[in-house]
Amino acid sequence: MDIARYIMIIISAVFINNFILSKFLGLCSFIGVSKETKPAVSMGMAVTFVTTMASIISWLVYNFILIPYKLTYLRTITFILVIASFVQLVEIVIRKISPPLFRAFGIYLPLITVNCAVLGVAVLNSEMFFANGQALPGSFLMSLVQGFSAGVGYTLAMLLMSGIRERLDFVDVPKSLKEVPITFIIAALMSLAFLGFSGFKL
Amino acid sequence: MKKLWAEFKKGITIENPTFGLVLGLCPTLAVSTTVNNAIGMGIAATFVLIGSNIIISSLRKFIPHEIRIPCYIVVIATFVTITELFMKAYSPALSKSLGIFVPLIVVNCIVLGRAEAFASKMPVIYSLADALGIGMGFSLALVLIATIREVLGSGTILGTPLAKGFEPAMLMILAPGALLTIGLLIGLTNWIKLRKKG
Repeated sequence: MDIARYIMIIISAVFINNFILSKFLGLCSFIGVSKETKPAVSMGMAVTFVTTMASIISWLVYNFILIPYKLTYLRTITFILVIASFVQLVEIVIRKISPPLFRAFGIYLPLITVNCAVLGVAVLNSEMFFANGQALPGSFLMSLVQGFSAGVGYTLAMLLMSGIRERLDFVDVPKSLKEVPITFIIAALMSLAFLGFSGFKL
Repeated sequence: MKKLWAEFKKGITIENPTFGLVLGLCPTLAVSTTVNNAIGMGIAATFVLIGSNIIISSLRKFIPHEIRIPCYIVVIATFVTITELFMKAYSPALSKSLGIFVPLIVVNCIVLGRAEAFASKMPVIYSLADALGIGMGFSLALVLIATIREVLGSGTILGTPLAKGFEPAMLMILAPGALLTIGLLIGLTNWIKLRKKG
């Protein structure tokens, strides 16, 4: 097993190609839920869980159903349905098993179905780790690692942004830039800082 | 007729998906590096909007309320798949540069939002007008952002160089440039709205 390969995937997904700040996946929830730190982190954890599971499930579906039956052109429609049903299932199970956990994460789950980060990671995995209609060696683990680290990168960006936005309440922002516009400008500065990571030689 | 025109116009002006409703930002920011990409994305999204709005509006009496969202997603995903395959066959270069953002039209909040908020309640003809207006508003916003970014970031427009001796700022075609442009443009729309109010 090539450990270096996996570390490269992690660093790339968390820092260099951060899902929010350099790939623009999951921006809606990034702007919407980053007002306070606590919900932002809960949302980040829920997204991490779903991206990891979605990577696993979509890899299984792609490798064992779509490729053998030559149905890869149905990728988009299959992935979104599988992800949506999975999220629904998790919601039902959590509600039954652990009400406190449901109160912490449950409300974010419906939002996650239409989060582009989740479908994005599934599509990206199927493009990166499959070649000529065949899974590359070790692709299952690589998909899993990429799904997990995409979620970690998302949580990191959420945490940083919510920390900054909590302090923004005490700042005199021009009236027309309040709320959404200033958030974008801060995100631009953060993304500029993350651009520094692209100097990494891996 | 007048009402149809009103439905069409509001998508471009007050309910503009990008500047008014602030929806569907992921593709807006990611593909607006060149005007070419922006036009391609605009057309693709408009096609999906028109198709899904017509189908959902004509099926609105048959879709059970409890499972409406999965039904909408299936309809939308079908049109996205058509677009994806069509683009791959007839314009491989565009398909390559838009990358995963073509399949991601499925989770674009604009399309699902219009299905839920408009097409599920209104007759087919109004839904068509709404889809055309919203699609046009989205495309115009995309082209506007892309023009700013392409001119400042690579000194070209639609691929042709603009002026000699102009040193383009690479930053504008990278990720921070996109976030900065949209932040300032939304700020500008807010400023105009505030001034109109008095």
